[in-house]
Amino acid sequence: MSHWIIAPVLIPALAGLFLLMEVRERHRMRRWTGLLACVASLVVAVLLVQQAWDGTHTVYKLGNWEAPFGIVLVLDRLSALMVLLTSVLAFPALIYASCGDDRKGANFHGLFQFQLMGINGAFLTGDLFNLFVFFEVLLIASYGLALHGRGPERVKAGLHYVVLNLVGSGLFLIALGLIYGSTGTLNMADFAVKAQALTGTDATLLRVAVLLLWVVFGLKAALFPLYFWLPAAYAGATAGVAALFAIMTKVGIYAILRVTALAFAAGPFAGLGHEALWWLALITLAMACVGVLGAKRLATAVAYLVVMSVGTIVATLAVGQAEALGPALYYLVHSTLICAALFLLADLVARGRGDVGDRLVAGPAILGGGRLSLLFFVAAIAVVGLPPLSGFVGKVGLLRTVPDPLYWALLLIAGLCGLVAMSRAGSTLFWRTTGESAGLRPSRRRLLAVLLLLGLSPVMTIWAEPMLQWTAAVADQLLTPQAYIQAVLGGAA
Amino acid sequence: MNLAFVVMLPFLGACLPPLVERVSANRTLMAFAAALMPATALALLVSPAMQVFAGETLHSTLPWIPSLDLSLAFRLDGLALLFALLVLGIGLLVILYARYYLSAKEKAGRFYAYLLLFMGAMLGVVTSDNLLLLVVFWELTSLSSFLLIGFWGHQTGARKGARMAMTVTGMGGLALLAGVLLIGDVVGTFNLQTVLESGDVIRSNPWYPVILCLVLLGVFTKSAQFPFHFWLPHAMAAPTPVSAYLHSATMVKAGVFLLARLYPALAGTDLWFMLVSMAGMLTLLWAAFVALFQHDLKGLLAYSTISHLGLITLLFGLNREMAAVAAVFHIINHATFKASLFMAAGIIDHETGTRDMRRINGLWKYMPYTAVLAMVASAAMAGVPLLNGFLSKEMFFAETLGSHQLGALSWILPVGATLGGVFSVAYSARFIHDVFFNGEPVNLPKYPPHEPPRYMKVPVEILVALCVAVGVFPAITVAGLLAVAASATLGGTLPEYHLSIWHGFNLPLVMSFVATIGGVLAYTQRRRLFDVWARLPQLDAKLVFEGRVQQIGRWAAALTGRFQNGSLQSYVAWLVTLVAVIMLTQLAPLSGLDLSQYSLPMDGVAILCTAMLVAAALLTTVLHRHRMTSIMSLSVVGLMVSLLFVRFSAPDLALTQLSVEVVTMLLLMLAMYFLPVRTKVESSSIRVIRDILLAVICGAGVATLAFLVMTGETSTISQFFMDNSKPGGGGTNVVNVILVDFRGFDTFGEITVLGVAAMGIYALLKDLELRSAKYDSLGRPWARDAHPLILVTISRPLLPLALLIAVYIFLRGHNLPGGGFVAGLITSVALVLQYVASGVGWVHSRMPGDYHPVVALGVLLAGLTGVGSWAFGYPFLTSDFTYIYWPVVGKFELATAMLFDTGVFLTVVGATLLMLANLGKLSLLDDKREDA
Repeated sequence: MSHWIIAPVLIPALAGLFLLMEVRERHRMRRWTGLLACVASLVVAVLLVQQAWDGTHTVYKLGNWEAPFGIVLVLDRLSALMVLLTSVLAFPALIYASCGDDRKGANFHGLFQFQLMGINGAFLTGDLFNLFVFFEVLLIASYGLALHGRGPERVKAGLHYVVLNLVGSGLFLIALGLIYGSTGTLNMADFAVKAQALTGTDATLLRVAVLLLWVVFGLKAALFPLYFWLPAAYAGATAGVAALFAIMTKVGIYAILRVTALAFAAGPFAGLGHEALWWLALITLAMACVGVLGAKRLATAVAYLVVMSVGTIVATLAVGQAEALGPALYYLVHSTLICAALFLLADLVARGRGDVGDRLVAGPAILGGGRLSLLFFVAAIAVVGLPPLSGFVGKVGLLRTVPDPLYWALLLIAGLCGLVAMSRAGSTLFWRTTGESAGLRPSRRRLLAVLLLLGLSPVMTIWAEPMLQWTAAVADQLLTPQAYIQAVLGGAA
Repeated sequence: MNLAFVVMLPFLGACLPPLVERVSANRTLMAFAAALMPATALALLVSPAMQVFAGETLHSTLPWIPSLDLSLAFRLDGLALLFALLVLGIGLLVILYARYYLSAKEKAGRFYAYLLLFMGAMLGVVTSDNLLLLVVFWELTSLSSFLLIGFWGHQTGARKGARMAMTVTGMGGLALLAGVLLIGDVVGTFNLQTVLESGDVIRSNPWYPVILCLVLLGVFTKSAQFPFHFWLPHAMAAPTPVSAYLHSATMVKAGVFLLARLYPALAGTDLWFMLVSMAGMLTLLWAAFVALFQHDLKGLLAYSTISHLGLITLLFGLNREMAAVAAVFHIINHATFKASLFMAAGIIDHETGTRDMRRINGLWKYMPYTAVLAMVASAAMAGVPLLNGFLSKEMFFAETLGSHQLGALSWILPVGATLGGVFSVAYSARFIHDVFFNGEPVNLPKYPPHEPPRYMKVPVEILVALCVAVGVFPAITVAGLLAVAASATLGGTLPEYHLSIWHGFNLPLVMSFVATIGGVLAYTQRRRLFDVWARLPQLDAKLVFEGRVQQIGRWAAALTGRFQNGSLQSYVAWLVTLVAVIMLTQLAPLSGLDLSQYSLPMDGVAILCTAMLVAAALLTTVLHRHRMTSIMSLSVVGLMVSLLFVRFSAPDLALTQLSVEVVTMLLLMLAMYFLPVRTKVESSSIRVIRDILLAVICGAGVATLAFLVMTGETSTISQFFMDNSKPGGGGTNVVNVILVDFRGFDTFGEITVLGVAAMGIYALLKDLELRSAKYDSLGRPWARDAHPLILVTISRPLLPLALLIAVYIFLRGHNLPGGGFVAGLITSVALVLQYVASGVGWVHSRMPGDYHPVVALGVLLAGLTGVGSWAFGYPFLTSDFTYIYWPVVGKFELATAMLFDTGVFLTVVGATLLMLANLGKLSLLDDKREDA
């Protein structure tokens, strides 16, 4: 019996509990505990990817109860990919936060680990109610992290985030009730099977439930008109937290993708609600363009770039082209890492400019601005989707596989808006300087954190082919839900 | 020799100058470091060039991303070779020139790095054998030129110029990407060879007009064709070596290069003729006209560049093979004379400190040698015989005469061409006469000017020598290169032509005469023309563009602000609206509810409870501005729900709900203590109506759904839990067995949530200082007696009693209503009561004050119970109940579930107290402050 699959949940949980018990506030020890747990999770994530690579589904029956009665964790290529992405993101984010931001409030490291526990659990679970539980874990930790360091702006934005997500949790519960009421099960695979046979009232209940799920997941993913909380909350959070939050929107996308692939890829309810998702995603993309052009701070602009990536990915998923799934996942990985790097960079810029912060106005020259500007240039190229970095590869992949004129136009315009915004931001922050520097020189550790994230873009470009092959394999597996269902339910399916 | 390697050389070379800069500030050394790789690349191209001259086309392909059909495929044919020579050759000259142009305090290392990046990108564009790869390099030229134009980023002009160039060419690049992707779709590959051979397929495809427009958008933005020409003059904010490089041989030529490259694939249609030749003609005339009025030396050259690019574009647009040959020829000639002119302008700027032609006069006296070079070059620009510009211009005139595609209007072409020639001669004359003659210099920043350093002139000399050599001996200098380049452009065929200075007395020659005489006349009449120009409305494209961009920015911010108004209520309204839409669209089509299916009997108590529930809920909403009252009313809702649970035989839920209710109320009271007791009316009546509407729709929707669920006949997995609770989980209380066994993992997650919530609240409240009101809303002071005697007296004996009940509830939990969760809540309430009654100080002197470890211990206990099952080869959280695998005594079996439940218990107690005690501490802080 291999227990590795639950390790991405248990490692951060145990580390978090250890940190909770450490009451004497020994900061070095807290940092090392957190970092060690991140490294351990990373190692496990790599092992899990290896395990999932051959295409088998590993099912872990908690409490040794058979599905659909007990809860199962399911490892397939997609969940392995997402867990790996989380670990790859968390490590640099924590390094950055450990450069001082972690001391701005209590319990930072504990909350960080529980956040990871929630995210990993959400990616691994094969049970809808358990997904809700892990959503709660990641949300409750993220509330604490979003408010970490306090300050009026942060608390205001954080409060919006908390309240909206509480409403979201309520809706999630209603949706789960309806799902149980109509299909009589909460296991995802079982749900996928039972949903196909529903008629009459039960079909209506199911439709409402699934549409409510899209609303809940859309809130997490930050789709129009549910993303309004995001820019202020992300731009207001401390940099390491904002970087980690780059994966949070992707949790919502993952959930949409997972449920769709399992239950609504074919059959009587195929593509349920996807037309609405398509239009909302396109509006999201357009609004993100507007937002990024109007942003007055670098971090806010980056937050809109996050929203932009969400619009792009959800639109791609909603259009339902099977061959677009692989590039969409590639783009998901790329955008998560780059946006995280940009949040860290925005913080470095803000620290380098003293009181002016990362507001896009003339300010003092940045100490060590040469290196920062180079990093920013690379990050901007990548995020906007210009060659030769991963953004371009992802975008070309998407454009080639989604033959829709509107999608093309919006995606290209989004690139242009990003380009205009980033060139304005860069030239203002690094070139339009007044007088001597007032801020701090970026420390090596902070730069290392940025480099760890940013360096992955060239890596994903040079080895774009294996990476695309990999995401295509993930997509292939998703497109054959029968294997998943078979693995979970055994012969019963 | 691998072509990919040659293309990579400048990129590798880009690292060298900054490295040298770290060691030494010697600019000469840096220039050598910069020149090393391009020189190597040029040397490496010699032997392939011989093969190309022999008629071969060299290919080299490395795989990169086969899934996207993107490979590192390079080709060297005549056209690529010609451009590679221009890029590398003029690049080397610019490196030499920049050595003397840049001052000692400028970061030459960085400059050279940018320049080499650009060079590599440009080399990539011209040698790509894969269209997608071409786009990659194309965008790289935009990016690196952004850095070059913005090299003096501290100047506002440089920043704006760089951004404008980036935006316009970036937009074109995206259009080109779309066009190329469409071509790839039509042809089935991005392989250039295949694309070039599929001209007919592309032209007959219904998407051809779209493809053509997208590609031309890329071309016109890059080559500054009307109406996208405006960025180029402002790119002159760059250091002059950059202008000399970008705007003579490279960046702007990338556009016309693409016209040449895709000529076999896209040209030959009427649409091509109309779009390309008309854009070219308009650009040629307009820019040549405007050039005359520029007072800035580089401004004049910039508009002249635009005009010559228009000329080349026009030639490609004519759909005539010979015109394409002329276009290629003019590309070569323009590159040589324009690069030298920019360099000369840079020298003048360098030596006089200004580029204003109204101040720079009579330089002939001060720098005669430079003057000769500049005059020869500008004569070439004007198309004076015996210089290279003359030859291609004659060919141009001849081609305009030969085109009949405009039917009866075909005369427009030669007339326009001649007119362009007139302006071109006029501004060339102005360049020569104003700068080198025309009296004495006026108020120069550097006076007297003198000749530049020896080696600064060398690049100009070389280029001017080329102008003359080509002009006088075209057949032995340029003919071979032109032939291979033109034949590559045309896809292998080459029309009959020969290069010579004298073609006899023919119409093109007459046009040249007219242009020259007209140009000189126009120049002599410049005062009048300037007057006319002065009366025209002046538009500074930079300001207009920047204004537009800022306007868009403001508009974007305003639009964003509309949706993101910072109002939580509005965000929630959006969320709820979505839900309402779902309810309406999904439930409206239902044919009505079958109320007869409701089978539960209704009695008076149930009806009363329900009525109270509804009334209390309404009251909570209506009274929400009176916080305390509203909370009281809310607690009634909670209590009624508990009663309803009892009514419907769910004692577990009722117990839990009851204790949760109590703890929640305490929490809310503590929190509300710091808020004003009443709030003002803030919502407008429209908003209230909106909210009522939303609430009614969603509420009715959820009620309908609940009814449907309860009256439905879905078979669920519940029966399994009923059946297996005792045999599989060892308990008769199914709810508890579900919580600690069947779905113990959920519970593990939920107690984590509880613990984390407590942690988060602690983090938020730590060291927080809030000032609470001393008076209530009616102005009465709060009671000063914090710890009333009666409460203290009653609460203390209550504690052991409550704990006993908690233990009882806990122990019976597995079989009867109860369990760790409820027991934990009861314990916390009893403890909280001690806080309330006797104060934080009293409690903390009797028990540990930090509840973090308690929470952690609880979750850990639950977690370790789960991990324990690993030892027996079972998954996480497997209960050890089964006799088969663990045939010990029954006592042990009970223990695992109990252990887990103990974890739940501890977490609940720890978390609740952590939250409440910290909220309570806030008011303590307040008391302390008052005492002090």
